[in-house]
Amino acid sequence: MPVATLTEIPVKKQIRIALRNCGVINPEKIEDYIVRDGYFALGMVLSEMTPENAIGVIKDSGIRGRGGAGFPTGLKWEFASKSMSEQKYVVCNADEGDPGAFMDRSILEGDPHTVLEAMALCGYCIGANTGYIYIRAEYPLAIARLKTAISQAREFGFLGKSIFGSEFEFDIHLKYGAGAFVCGEETALIHSMEGLRGEPSLKPPFPSESGYLGKPTNVNNVETYANIPVIFLKGAEWFSGIGTEKSKGTKVFALAGKVNNVGLVEVPMGITLREVIFEIGGGIKDGKGFKAVQTGGPSGGCLTEKHLDTPIDYENLIACGSMMGSGGMIVMDEDDCMVSIAKFFLDFTVEESCGKCSPCRIGNKRLYELLDRICTGKGEMPDLDRLRNLSEVIKDTSLCGLGQSSPNPVLSTLNNFYHEYVSHVEDKKCQAGVCRDLLEYFIIEENCVGCTACARACPVGAISGERKEPHLINPDTCIKCGACLEKCKFDAVILR
Amino acid sequence: MDRVKLTIDGRAVEVPAGTTIYKAAKELGIDIPILCYMDLKDLNIENKPGGCRICVVEVEGRGNLASSCSTNVAAGMVVKTNSMRVINARRTVMELILSDHPKDCLSCAKSGNCDLQDMAVKLGIREIPGQEYAEMSTYRLDTSPSIIRELDKCIMCRRCETMCNDFQTVGALHAVNRGFESVVAPAFEMNLEHSPCTYCGQCVAVCPTGALTEVDHTSKVISALNDPTKTVVVQTAPAVRAALGEEFGMEPGTRVTGQMVSALRQLGFDYVFDTDFAADLTIMEEGTELLGRLTRFMEGDEEVKLPILTSCCPGWVNFFEYNYPEMKEIPSTARSPQQMFGSIAKSYFAEMIEVDRKDMVVISIMPCLAKKYECQREEFSVDGNPDVDYSITTRELAHLIKQANLDLAKLDSDDFDAPLGESSGAGVIFAATGGVIEAATRTAYEIYTGKVLEKVDFEQLRGMEGIRSAKVDFDGQEINIGIAHGLGNARKLLDDVKAGKSQYHAIEIMACPGGCIGGGGQPLHHGDASILKARARAIYAEDRDKPIRKSHENPYIKKLYEEFLGEPMSEKAHELLHTHYFDKRKKIFQV
Amino acid sequence: MSSVKIELRQDQIEKIDSICESFGNQEGELINVLHKSQETFGYLPAEVQEVISEKMEIPAAKVYGVVTFYSFFSMIPKGEFPVSICTGTACYVRGAETVLNEFKKQLEIEVGETSTDGKFSLSCLRCVGACGLAPVVTVGDKTYGRVAPDDVKEIISEYLK
Repeated sequence: MPVATLTEIPVKKQIRIALRNCGVINPEKIEDYIVRDGYFALGMVLSEMTPENAIGVIKDSGIRGRGGAGFPTGLKWEFASKSMSEQKYVVCNADEGDPGAFMDRSILEGDPHTVLEAMALCGYCIGANTGYIYIRAEYPLAIARLKTAISQAREFGFLGKSIFGSEFEFDIHLKYGAGAFVCGEETALIHSMEGLRGEPSLKPPFPSESGYLGKPTNVNNVETYANIPVIFLKGAEWFSGIGTEKSKGTKVFALAGKVNNVGLVEVPMGITLREVIFEIGGGIKDGKGFKAVQTGGPSGGCLTEKHLDTPIDYENLIACGSMMGSGGMIVMDEDDCMVSIAKFFLDFTVEESCGKCSPCRIGNKRLYELLDRICTGKGEMPDLDRLRNLSEVIKDTSLCGLGQSSPNPVLSTLNNFYHEYVSHVEDKKCQAGVCRDLLEYFIIEENCVGCTACARACPVGAISGERKEPHLINPDTCIKCGACLEKCKFDAVILR
Repeated sequence: MDRVKLTIDGRAVEVPAGTTIYKAAKELGIDIPILCYMDLKDLNIENKPGGCRICVVEVEGRGNLASSCSTNVAAGMVVKTNSMRVINARRTVMELILSDHPKDCLSCAKSGNCDLQDMAVKLGIREIPGQEYAEMSTYRLDTSPSIIRELDKCIMCRRCETMCNDFQTVGALHAVNRGFESVVAPAFEMNLEHSPCTYCGQCVAVCPTGALTEVDHTSKVISALNDPTKTVVVQTAPAVRAALGEEFGMEPGTRVTGQMVSALRQLGFDYVFDTDFAADLTIMEEGTELLGRLTRFMEGDEEVKLPILTSCCPGWVNFFEYNYPEMKEIPSTARSPQQMFGSIAKSYFAEMIEVDRKDMVVISIMPCLAKKYECQREEFSVDGNPDVDYSITTRELAHLIKQANLDLAKLDSDDFDAPLGESSGAGVIFAATGGVIEAATRTAYEIYTGKVLEKVDFEQLRGMEGIRSAKVDFDGQEINIGIAHGLGNARKLLDDVKAGKSQYHAIEIMACPGGCIGGGGQPLHHGDASILKARARAIYAEDRDKPIRKSHENPYIKKLYEEFLGEPMSEKAHELLHTHYFDKRKKIFQV
Repeated sequence: MSSVKIELRQDQIEKIDSICESFGNQEGELINVLHKSQETFGYLPAEVQEVISEKMEIPAAKVYGVVTFYSFFSMIPKGEFPVSICTGTACYVRGAETVLNEFKKQLEIEVGETSTDGKFSLSCLRCVGACGLAPVVTVGDKTYGRVAPDDVKEIISEYLK
């Protein structure tokens, strides 16, 4: 399957750090990577820096985790390095499960060595000799490229014993995910690596104290690692010069939905949604009106017109009721019904909830049921209050990040598109024309020639009218099968 | 240890570092509601999934609420357990749990003794918003010989999973599926009958709802008692008398032997007998078998199989038939006291009172769920007529007594009937871990050495440690004894024996914590060892009060051998009192 | 979960044994063992799980608990041509649901089922990373992009020849 290539998308306003080699080098040739300064950072750090100094560089760079919550990477490494243990582990979270985000896959397929190099660097910093990449089994090409890359790196002495002639040894192995979104949460991921159900457990203890097999473990995601070698090569100051005060560097977004240019974009933190959607993304498809943009994956929030000029960084997105997440960015236009969108995301969460804690296991199901009632015209106004209270309690009480954020799509649409909920509930109308049960088939008098094709096609006899006279649909009898609309050759039948 | 100061609900408290908020609040007398959390501290079992989220509290400076059962205190922490945010969250979560729980409380086996029901009362739940359109998770009902699994009532507290895996190492139950469909179940969601389940009932003992309950046979007992053509005989296991009182509000460890006999008589049983009698009989058979094997071993017979393992505990028998079938020749072939009793009652005693065995109904009152299964084993019936017809638990007996408007505490003490009601102190101590082997030692010593045993209390065999070993001096011959209670401990002991790491002559194993006194059919002990210890004290006190302390001195046992059985291990004894074991390992899915 | 009852041949049991052994019978490698076994058998019937449980000395309930946790593992054999519809967000907003409904209608099966003739099975995927081609459908190794409900009949017919 081809990944949308970057060349389709205007490069202006983009800065490529994590994606610097993607599509530029042959990922199956280590020589290509080396030519682009590959493994240079590792050699330099091993020969010139103590682990403490190296961690200092990462801390100074200000880089934060690109996988979700945005925890400062340097701090994480420092915690792991200070945990006393003979055995420690470096783990790369490549279980990219956000529907609509595929930057990790692109990096693994396009530039696998950068991840290996970064993991080795991390191993040196925290004092680990073993790394694991936990990768989705659904990414066969990425797996194949990683395997090739690992064996090449071993051959070249970048992995294995006495790397660059130093005392440092490090090797990397693969572990496979098996289709569970919750395994993106690091404790769940570690349980999965141990051959268990991928259920999260309470933190503390954090993996940096007690992770894989009970040993100190540093978990970062692919995109985070992909930044590491460059930070060492170009320096912390260079990196921290990009972005905003609290969010440094760039972020890769998977731009999708109703925009003209779709694909991966890597932009500096602090860029506005407007710039991404309208300048890089080329605006809304088919000249339609912008309605919302959903960031942060299935548990992110739907942002609206008023947020378009907010600079994108971790804090701002949370303040708007969304989050950075792994970088999904789905654009919606006037044809999208926000209640249905919220329902779509809840459907996802219900399926992906691990079932361990009650608010997430049962609460998300109840949210879904409420949304479904609203979309099918059975909603009542008190349901909207219930939606809100339930959402807030689920966020407040759930065990892990999944449940703590899963109500975001509901809350953000309630906040930003309350009127849509109200019109579904009070007027039983779906303005976007998505909720079937709220629509009615209607014959436009001027267009109808009275051919009777629709009346003959109607299985329940809901259409009346004389031949060559405009016809009429009785909404009480109509079962909304759509047969009339299919049969009409004169665009007289519409859904409204 | 470092101590940490914090504030809970405006009150200062200082606790050791590493204490949870829940426990710190307890120090102040603040009882934060819990549901899934379970601390069986004396068994070293803590179930702390942090799953129900009922125990959430507000911690200043923290974004979301914290589960107090699993969040440790920190210096200067400011905790609120009763803010409106907390109360609203707790109630909403409770409403969610109840929205996926059946509402048949009136006829639920757990009604009145249900943690979930208690919590609903405490939190003042009056309605469950949206119940009319809330989908509920539904599962197939599983009725095994001992345990009913009604998983519609499961709240995913995971307590049973912890007991079955961590404590018992049986591995019959595990969380399966994901999300709304997730539940704790046997492999492939088959029935327990097709799983490695031993029916020890420890899952039932910890289930906070009616998801796991015993098969209730009280209506069968009522029918039998109501049938004038039947002679109904009851036997009561030793552990029952030490715990039954708790169901009537008495202190743990209150002995109610006499009142229990009185209640059973008032309920209309024709003969009120004691399983302790059969325990004495077990010692005669098992002790003789042990001595036989020991003697042959001492004489250099290399074929002889040692150690001998006790076989009174049906949960343990089920466990080794599944897990150690290659060792099935090692346990004693002696049937359990329950089955010995049934066998003798329906032969010797039936002949004595001239009643056809088909017209006799033998009921046993047991601290145990596995006994329900045991009495249904084919090998324990004659022409399809079981030696023991129904086995009911201590809890079921309590229900029967209450139904009959009897207040146990106010009943006069009464005595068991003869001849199967008389027992020695040795028969009584079967109820506690180490008791069977102590009883056997009292008899074996005298037979082996030919001397009178002056001091009958073998303190070295008693206690609550999960695995114990002790040496007993048989007049110059040292006998090594191993004891385990809890199947996880049994597994460790057995694995050592299998690996040749330990040399025991005899091993006693009980499936439940503390032995039968902590059985799956007892009033719930909530893992509180003080309750188990109190029950054990009651048992040992009853032993001390008995005029006869050794099984072989029980005059009715002597008479039974003289009149009916001949010698221990005789052909007749073999037929009526011994059994054989099966290899059950291969029987999970290939059914 | 019910599944078709099968009888494993001796060589199949040995195959499972050798998979377990290749991972050192290590409990922590259970997921890798399940992956390899599913690769070999196409799915993970109860019988296969039971052999794994015995060989690796993990309770069968736990093996089953792991199998049923992960959506990648299936206890139902897939069809000869497994049809997967991407229901990631990008595909959803571009109409994946109507495409899915059309497949359900045409194949007369629900998601997670296999047609009675064993030819087609239907499943949903969470983002295959081809959002530019949304909505995306895969049949076996072949990918179809920008699928409209009207295309469904034609796609199916390709495999009926």
